[in-house]
Amino acid sequence: MALLNILQYPDERLKQVADEVTVFDDALRAFIHDLEETMRGGPGGVGIAAPQVGRAERIAIVDVSAKKKIKQHGRMVLINPEIIEWHGSIVGREGCLSVPDYTGNVVRAESITLAAQDEFGELSRYEMEDYEARAVQHEIDHLDGMLFLDRLVSRRSDLFKRKAYQ
Amino acid sequence: MDKWYMVVVVGADRPGIVAKVTSALYDGGCNLGEASMARLGGNFTMMLMVQSEGREKELQAMLAPVIDSLGLHLHIDSINGELHHHVEPDVRITLFGEDRSGIVAHATAALAEVGLHILSLESDVAGSEDKPIYVLHIEGAAREGVPALESALEIIANEGIETRLAPIETVIG
Ligand SMILES: [Zn+2]
Repeated sequence: MALLNILQYPDERLKQVADEVTVFDDALRAFIHDLEETMRGGPGGVGIAAPQVGRAERIAIVDVSAKKKIKQHGRMVLINPEIIEWHGSIVGREGCLSVPDYTGNVVRAESITLAAQDEFGELSRYEMEDYEARAVQHEIDHLDGMLFLDRLVSRRSDLFKRKAYQ
Repeated sequence: MDKWYMVVVVGADRPGIVAKVTSALYDGGCNLGEASMARLGGNFTMMLMVQSEGREKELQAMLAPVIDSLGLHLHIDSINGELHHHVEPDVRITLFGEDRSGIVAHATAALAEVGLHILSLESDVAGSEDKPIYVLHIEGAAREGVPALESALEIIANEGIETRLAPIETVIG
């Protein structure tokens, strides 16, 4: 168990495109364990990607289960994830473990279909929407060397899709 | 340690105000912090955090030529430069309707009552001169929870103002 050091913007390593994972061994699983500890080590983190700790491989973890009353898959280890389908677009607020003390509005697909392997190389498909879909898109951006800063839209001109608040 | 000032500049809008004011500050060796600027009904307004070695008087003198040449008004206050401590909003409220007096006062009083800490507020008078409408955006921290705000919005809606509330669920990853 170890908390890994989270790189902060403007570290150049956050702009690298990460490599595919090809070997699914104990060393990979040990890294994923540490990555997850690191995500849970900070307040409010619902996702993390390997490039954020300086490892340029296509590995991410997303877990939005702390948010009650939303559709979600719980803890997901996403290796070599790929978005197969996108539907709709929606503005929402994002922050990043690699960009402290700033949040901003970003447009994302409202729902996605995702294919990803797990830590044993098993391939799964996921259908997801809204908050969870946003978290996954944020993490996949990290694998492609992108930050939410690259996608900011104005706070003033944004259009929130209205949803009745329960 | 350099001191922080809040510099407020207001005047009839024209192109180039931001560039001229900020260049004067840069040339004077100042550092800028956070800022908010907007055109409000033909006036340009700037609020900016400025870090300077000098005193208020020196800042005033540094800005005097550009303030005078552009016909602006200047106000400077010494402040605490509390950076890196953003309070994040968890709710966004939009109000709109026929423009009439008291909308902002009534709405914000009702919202304050149920725990809303306003972090930003922007409003516009839109529509035509004979039928003006008012559009107000608020982002804030709901200190007593977002559902508590509903009762305040009902009061506001009863006055004939349309209300929209959307929680801001920030993804941090
Ligand atoms: Zn991030």
